[in-house]
Amino acid sequence: MRNIWSLMKKEIGAYFSSPIAYVVISGFLLLVGYFFYSLVSWFNAQAMQMAQNPYYAQHININEMVFSPLFHNMSIILILVAPLLTMRLLAEEKKSGTDELLYTSPLSVGQIILGKYFAALVMLAAMLGLTALLSIFAFAFGNPEIAPWLTGYLGLFLMGATFIAIGLFFSSLTDNQIVAAFLTFVTLLLLLVLNWVASSGSGTWQSVLSYLSLSQHFEDMTRGILDTKDVVYYLSFSSFGLFLAHSVIQSRRWR
Amino acid sequence: MIEVQGLTKKYGELVAVRDLTFKVETGRIWGLLGPNAAGKTTTMRILTGYLPATAGRATVAGFDVFNEPDAVKKSIGYLPEVVPLYLDMTVSGYLGFVAEIKQVPAAKRKAAIARAVESAGLKDVSRRLIKNISRGFKQRVGIAQAMIHDPKVLVLDEPTIGLDPAQIREIRELIKGLRGEHTILLSTHILPEVTQVCDGVVIINEGRLMASGSLEDLAASFERKDGVILKLRRAGAEEAALFKGIPGVDRVSAEGNELRIEWGRGRDLHDDVARLALDRGLGLREMRSVASIEDLYMKIVSGGLEQ
Ligand SMILES: Nc1ncnc2c1ncn2[C@@H]1O[C@H](COP(=O)(O)OP(=O)(O)OP(=O)(O)O)[C@@H](O)[C@H]1O
Ligand SMILES: [Mg+2]
Repeated sequence: MRNIWSLMKKEIGAYFSSPIAYVVISGFLLLVGYFFYSLVSWFNAQAMQMAQNPYYAQHININEMVFSPLFHNMSIILILVAPLLTMRLLAEEKKSGTDELLYTSPLSVGQIILGKYFAALVMLAAMLGLTALLSIFAFAFGNPEIAPWLTGYLGLFLMGATFIAIGLFFSSLTDNQIVAAFLTFVTLLLLLVLNWVASSGSGTWQSVLSYLSLSQHFEDMTRGILDTKDVVYYLSFSSFGLFLAHSVIQSRRWR
Repeated sequence: MIEVQGLTKKYGELVAVRDLTFKVETGRIWGLLGPNAAGKTTTMRILTGYLPATAGRATVAGFDVFNEPDAVKKSIGYLPEVVPLYLDMTVSGYLGFVAEIKQVPAAKRKAAIARAVESAGLKDVSRRLIKNISRGFKQRVGIAQAMIHDPKVLVLDEPTIGLDPAQIREIRELIKGLRGEHTILLSTHILPEVTQVCDGVVIINEGRLMASGSLEDLAASFERKDGVILKLRRAGAEEAALFKGIPGVDRVSAEGNELRIEWGRGRDLHDDVARLALDRGLGLREMRSVASIEDLYMKIVSGGLEQ
């Protein structure tokens, strides 16, 4: 446990001693801020119109009209951001030869991978936490429901954690950060669009594809529905990514 | 303290280390000597648990490298060929991290870092970023890193490479100062490093053991004859004939401005040879022993000698 903590501290330090943390965090905030602003403006315009008609007035819902689309946008932005957070984690150690220090220290490969994984999760949590500050405006001036907001953030975190596990796996495959980032990006994009493919198919295929799709499980969470099935999906997907990274490193060293 | 038996490592088809057997006793400094691609780094990587061997056994500090890797890793300090540095860390921050992952207890960490900084001569740079210090200092950080947990065994892969002559001397002094408390295996392809620092040597070439043992034993066993090489102002047939006249000298051969004078082991003709050279005013430049490990190494590397 102490070993994991040591590595995690080191990785977080590494994020902030290079420009990468600052660039990624500010870019993420900028994009999310922009989407939030335009969604809120659109919502205000809509709400103004709808309020004149008593029938539509009941349907003014800030959760559905602002947060749900915002969470979707954020999940897309995370596809861009996650590879940037994970690309150097294992690739750089290999390139600079520092892996030789780690693997000749009394640490297990599992501890090394978990330390790095948790460090990236901390970055993810920090980024999501900062965007949550934006919502304070919505809570101050409107009256959104808290449950869908919370499950939406939980969903984003779980999804981001899965992205990071996949990114860590690709970082274990190569010593080139660009290659690691690009492969992660392509894979995440493919997993995201699986449910589009699925919607045009039929039968078992369709259900398999849409089950595998990363975004499908996120859908309910943005609406305030917390299903253990979805949580289990993300947790097992993450574990699978970490397991693959672990196997790659073990087999590289023992070949 | 370090025992290697029948160690073999294959990278696919290439056999990097072939049936290597040697032993380093506690408290000694041993050199692993060989030309490029001899298999030095590969051997060290196996000893430190970075790579698995294809066949054979190795024990370090009484622990089996393959069955008890964690115990071995705790008792070894390792300076890899490529110094494993995190360039964005400060020197002391880096040593702190290494102390943590080498399981130095929190209470002792500060003292451990201070000791490593002190003995590797890093005081002036301890707060600087590693990327901003010179090559020689980076190498020292590598050595400090290897010593941080006060390991019983140190494995140093080419510790003086890339340093200027003054720094080479300092690092050698540093390593010599560790004799007794630590058992050290250091690799090098330069011979003077071995003769100046080490008690013994393992010479390998193309993955094969060529010779191993203490320096004195080796020098003795490889030359039945004793003798000297004289560097003179001029070394021709005339000069050779002069030395041939000394009673007991078996053979004199000239090469360039050097004379190689040999006699049977057991006699000591050094004084006679020197006196003759001085009396005749032959312009003596240098006098060295033919049974030097240097000759031995040159022969081994050029393929002239098989054991
Ligand atoms: N990871 C690897 N994959 C394939 N071959 C390798 C690998 N590492 C080393 N080799 C080969 O094994 C042989 C021994 O290499 P090694 O690095 O052990 O030599 P060395 O004695 O340390 O040489 P040097 O003095 O140049 O550092 C070389 O022929 C090298 O090309
Ligand atoms: Mg080497």
